[in-house]
Amino acid sequence: MVTGAFADRGADLELVGIQKRFPGFTAIEHLDLVIPAGSFFALLGPSGCGKTTTLRLVAGLEEPTDGRILIGGKDVTTQKAYQRPVNTVFQSYALFPHMTVLENVAFGLRRRKITDARSLAHEALRLVELDHLAARRPGQLSGGQQQRVALARAIVNRPALLLLDEPLGALDLKLRRQMQLELKSIQEDVGLTFLHVTHDQEEAMTMADTIAVMNKGRIEQLGAPEQLYDLPKTAFVANFLGQSNLFTGPVLGETSTSITVDVAGRGIVVPKARSHRHAGDVTIGVRPEKLTLHRENPVADSSHNVMGPGRVRDVSFTGVSTQYLVAVPGIGTLVVFEQNRSFGPVEGEGDEVWLTWNVEHGFGLDDDPADWETKFVADTSTKSIAAQRRATLVTELEEA
Amino acid sequence: MAFAAFASTTAPTTDAPARRRSKVALLLLLPGILYLVLFFLAPLVSLILTSLQAPSEFGDIGMYSYAFRWENYAAVIEQYWPHILRSFGYALIATVLALAFSYPLAYFIGVTARRWPLLQSLMLVLVIAPFFISFLLRTLAWKQILSDESFLVTSLKAVSLLAPDAHLTGTAFSVIFGLTYNFIPFMTLPLYTTLERLDLRYLEAGNDLYASGFHTFRTVTLPLSMPGIVAGTLLTFIPAAGDYINASRDFLGGADTQMIGNVIEANFLVLLNYPAAAALSLILMTVILVIVGVYVKRAGTEELL
Repeated sequence: MVTGAFADRGADLELVGIQKRFPGFTAIEHLDLVIPAGSFFALLGPSGCGKTTTLRLVAGLEEPTDGRILIGGKDVTTQKAYQRPVNTVFQSYALFPHMTVLENVAFGLRRRKITDARSLAHEALRLVELDHLAARRPGQLSGGQQQRVALARAIVNRPALLLLDEPLGALDLKLRRQMQLELKSIQEDVGLTFLHVTHDQEEAMTMADTIAVMNKGRIEQLGAPEQLYDLPKTAFVANFLGQSNLFTGPVLGETSTSITVDVAGRGIVVPKARSHRHAGDVTIGVRPEKLTLHRENPVADSSHNVMGPGRVRDVSFTGVSTQYLVAVPGIGTLVVFEQNRSFGPVEGEGDEVWLTWNVEHGFGLDDDPADWETKFVADTSTKSIAAQRRATLVTELEEA
Repeated sequence: MAFAAFASTTAPTTDAPARRRSKVALLLLLPGILYLVLFFLAPLVSLILTSLQAPSEFGDIGMYSYAFRWENYAAVIEQYWPHILRSFGYALIATVLALAFSYPLAYFIGVTARRWPLLQSLMLVLVIAPFFISFLLRTLAWKQILSDESFLVTSLKAVSLLAPDAHLTGTAFSVIFGLTYNFIPFMTLPLYTTLERLDLRYLEAGNDLYASGFHTFRTVTLPLSMPGIVAGTLLTFIPAAGDYINASRDFLGGADTQMIGNVIEANFLVLLNYPAAAALSLILMTVILVIVGVYVKRAGTEELL
């Protein structure tokens, strides 16, 4: 057991070749990950992508099938949960119902035989502004208050690594915002390493320094939020982290700095530096807010890509911006966000429009367009999930 | 003015259904109340009156007339205090033993076996299965097993684990054994129902907060299963303290193992000393009430609700 002293600062976490199989399915294929000390790291992904399993592996609540876990350079793979310098804020909070709030917060300190457990627990409760409820039982608190107690119970131990398992999931939007800011400032104050698991891309982007987007048991892309948003590497990232308009076509030609892709007869230019593939069939994309709507066919210009004409199929006003769905023949439906600079939507349903965007705003994905389709359908229809499961089962049987 | 008018007109209309509802509730409660009065309150009053009776002046044995002889109580306590003490001693030991056997069993069925529902159901059936055979028959069967000529006793004597002239039946051991055996299902089932609902995430949280398996059990699992422990121990202790089958000479007991239940039985049916039997019954009831009251208060289970 870790007794006596606190971790004086966050430790870095290293996952080496982690694999986790449960009877019947593989939660994590193969995971290599380094989280530097003192960072706020988010694991982002849809439910069932293996992010919670990763967290539980780090906490010691599950054992990896293969691979090693290092905290602060020390191999903890074989250590039990109670021996690891790690604390978790559980999704369900898991506050002990038979203890008062104060006893809950002091629990870890008492176990580690830290002398002034009571006063430290009070201090932690003051940090989350709940010291006045110290004598209550968790059942008497609201969801938001319980969440803060769970946070206090974890950070009071000053763990080298704090794990957050969708801790804000049960909160309403306003409280969520407030807690996001509090978490962020606590992390900056105490300088711990935070590993945050979430399916909320907005939450991940506002809070984390680094985001790893997970899908089907592996990391699709890792980087700073703005980097991931600006230059997604795969179609999954492009669509999970915000929205994207994606087009597929063969590369027609290239210059020293850019490639031209044939999208339904139109040449679309993407900078080479922003494209992962430079030959053959490629998938390129652009974010909806980078598109500009025009009522007339714009004059061709080498610094802009033009698409259209198309028809506005749907207009929805969201306050800050207006979302247009534009159907372009031969390409499909594009999403466009226009800022409401003047007031209200400018175009109406059924209007004929052209779309342009700055060449510099396009991006080219690393995915092979050939398996792009199957990859995408897989996430949406149950039929294809079943088909995919079948395929994996067949391969597994063949292996055996 | 408007408010006053509003209030005066609405007040009776909101009150009326409430009053009607309370009448309906009373009507529904009536059979229960009648039952309690007839079969609990009346016998209790009769028992109290009997316990204070004095022998009829010119009557035969077993003839008593109403009096206020509180000395009856002093007399039975003086005469039977070893039996009273023995009853509670045996009941306590049997309860502790039943808890020690039942807790791991209930934990296994309710927590460990959660992943295999079939095993869980099968084990529950096995816990309840003895109820399909009469409790008397089962106790008699144990008498056979523990008797002097039985395989068990002769084997134990053969390997010198038991002295050649020792017995198992008729000893404190066999009475406590019988009590423990007969009440284990009453201990296991309430324990199982609490442990079955135990949220394992609390245990994970305990582990996460530096508590080892043992510490998590002591600080989290045990306090959270307190309602089951209290229910199980009460369901075992109360009937065990008043039990007269196991300690009876016809079953597992002997002359030195008589419990208060046996004494009450003898006084009612053999000695025809009704006041003594009634006084003993009331003493048993009072002591149990006091013990249970203190226990429930100390266990603090109301906080878990």
